[in-house]
Amino acid sequence: MKIFLKLTFLFVIISSLILSRANAAGEQQELLKVDWSFKSFFGKFDRASLQRGYQVYTEVCASCHSLKHLSYRNLAEKGGPEFTELEAKAIASNFEVTDGPNSDGEMFERPAKLSDKFVMPYANVQEAIAANGGAYPPDMSVLVKARGGGANYIYSVLMGYDEPPAGMELDDGVYYNKYMYGNKIKMASPLDDDIVEYSDGTKATVDQMAKDVTTFLQWTAEPHLEARHKLGFRVIIYLSVLTILVYFSMKKIWSRIETKV
Amino acid sequence: MSDHEYTPKSKVGKWFNDRLPLLTLANHLTDYPTPKNLNYWWTFGGILTFCLITQIITGIVLGMHYVAHADLAFQSVEHIMRDVNYGWLIRYVHANGASMFFLAVYIHIFRSLYYGSYKSPREVIWIIGMLIYFLMMATAFMGYVLPWGQMSFWGATVITNLFSAIPLVGESITNWLWGGYSVDNPTLTRFFSLHYLFPFLILGLVVLHIWALHVPGNNNPIGIDIKKPSKDTVPFHPYIVIKDAFALLIFLLIFAFFVFFSPNILGHADNYIEANPLVTPAHIVPEWYLLPFYAILRSVPDKLLGVIAMFAAIFVLVILPWLDTSKVRSTVFRPIYKQFYWFLVADVLILGYVGAMPAEGLYLLIARVATAYYFAHFLIILPFLGMKEKTTPLPLSITEPVLGGSTDMAMARNNSDFKDKL
Repeated sequence: MKIFLKLTFLFVIISSLILSRANAAGEQQELLKVDWSFKSFFGKFDRASLQRGYQVYTEVCASCHSLKHLSYRNLAEKGGPEFTELEAKAIASNFEVTDGPNSDGEMFERPAKLSDKFVMPYANVQEAIAANGGAYPPDMSVLVKARGGGANYIYSVLMGYDEPPAGMELDDGVYYNKYMYGNKIKMASPLDDDIVEYSDGTKATVDQMAKDVTTFLQWTAEPHLEARHKLGFRVIIYLSVLTILVYFSMKKIWSRIETKV
Repeated sequence: MSDHEYTPKSKVGKWFNDRLPLLTLANHLTDYPTPKNLNYWWTFGGILTFCLITQIITGIVLGMHYVAHADLAFQSVEHIMRDVNYGWLIRYVHANGASMFFLAVYIHIFRSLYYGSYKSPREVIWIIGMLIYFLMMATAFMGYVLPWGQMSFWGATVITNLFSAIPLVGESITNWLWGGYSVDNPTLTRFFSLHYLFPFLILGLVVLHIWALHVPGNNNPIGIDIKKPSKDTVPFHPYIVIKDAFALLIFLLIFAFFVFFSPNILGHADNYIEANPLVTPAHIVPEWYLLPFYAILRSVPDKLLGVIAMFAAIFVLVILPWLDTSKVRSTVFRPIYKQFYWFLVADVLILGYVGAMPAEGLYLLIARVATAYYFAHFLIILPFLGMKEKTTPLPLSITEPVLGGSTDMAMARNNSDFKDKL
């Protein structure tokens, strides 16, 4: 078994090297840490939080940030916010999409269906940049995976708006944020207490909304996270049992000769 | 292999085997006499074969859904992650599989370094292995470009730009590689094509690697020549098969942990941002398995010399069988080399670490010292140490490691040669 100690040792060294690289990119203020329900080995999404998070996204973020890799049907799929199909259809029908050409060769507007992709706030990147003072509001589909700190980073930025430290000059339309890379952000603080009204009676504090929308964005980035954790657990159990069986088979086979294995 | 006598029992089998001796081959593979003292460091050959097959199978499935186009690649990867049945699993296995492949290959290479498996008569196995390693790096690099994220694009830009350091024709070569004047759609499509081709070249080389191995047979932890078959060997099946299976399962547990519970930790977050030629990431870093070479590249102030140093770092490995002048294979009997071996391991880990750090200040200084030491190990220490080092006595055989031990190394070698002839 000494060999496994050595292997583990090597494994630890290599993973620490990798982790050190991950940290190297952002020697920033330490991020706020939240005990997310989706983090652990059996981690799952908080369904109510996902639904609230969707509400925050539509009412607050969606005016600038797209979710171009998502379709309305995803809202009703297992492992997500799990709106009922009727609810998801109702949500989709609030949006107008361009379809066509029809038999007359004309493009036409119609309410969105479950199969449609999320409607984008801007026609193209240039329009988005022009409308936002020269900064492109990034697509949020995989935003959580595209930032070093993941969910904690998104949450921290939402909570990180503050008065700039003395001596820091900020241009018009630039805001101070403790956790943003470079501490400057072109998005004004998007959340205010009670900016949305939750239908389930949860109090819409900035902290609550930040948590909900971050949970929602974790799901948009990893829509199969729950399935992954579930399957992963089964795979680990299966492999462990098989490993034990093979180990004893090996011992038995090698007992025919004197050499230890 | 050629002296292998085997006659199938059934008539049909004999008829077929006389025309195509596949059954003889199968029999050779199961009976193949293997030293019985092989430790778990020898299980990585099997693990690597598994890794290659896994990468090929998952890769073929990914290729069915992936679109090699600068405007669609990122989107098609998200399509795989979201809409393809178990696409997330296939992609995460493929992406993490590359890292696991390199983890295993590094262990495999360092095992060879420790036990002198590259020495006569196994030089050709070693050189084929180095070719495989080189192709693996090229394949992995091109694979990382395919999702067309920020690190894909800028990694490709940095690495392909290395060729522009070649005097006179550098720029033409770079443009030829790109298929244009910058990394763009033609670069992506050719990388996809080559990324699909190279694994099959690797597979062919793996067959040669194993073939070349089966001529002299396995080295072993003691590193002495053994008579085959003898009481020092066991047939490959079932002894080595079951042991390799056990080791593979342990490896799979680690693999599964990454795939299911930390699938993105080995990648860079920036690669989930779509490639944008107008925005350069703050730090451009390659995947972890290329970091030592990246550190060597950046530690040389001159671009051309840096590129030469990087390729030389691989080339010294190719000629290693002739750089190491010691006749004793296993480090077990080389007390001084053992220390230098661990220095080298530490040196490569340090190179990997500084490769991930910005090339400035103390990091740059460390990278330079570590690079110098890397070359010194192979070009100075190994040739001289082999001539000067006093090795400890070699045993006569695996089963008689103590009793047969002779104080005279040369005599021990002669004896074992003599035993082989009996």
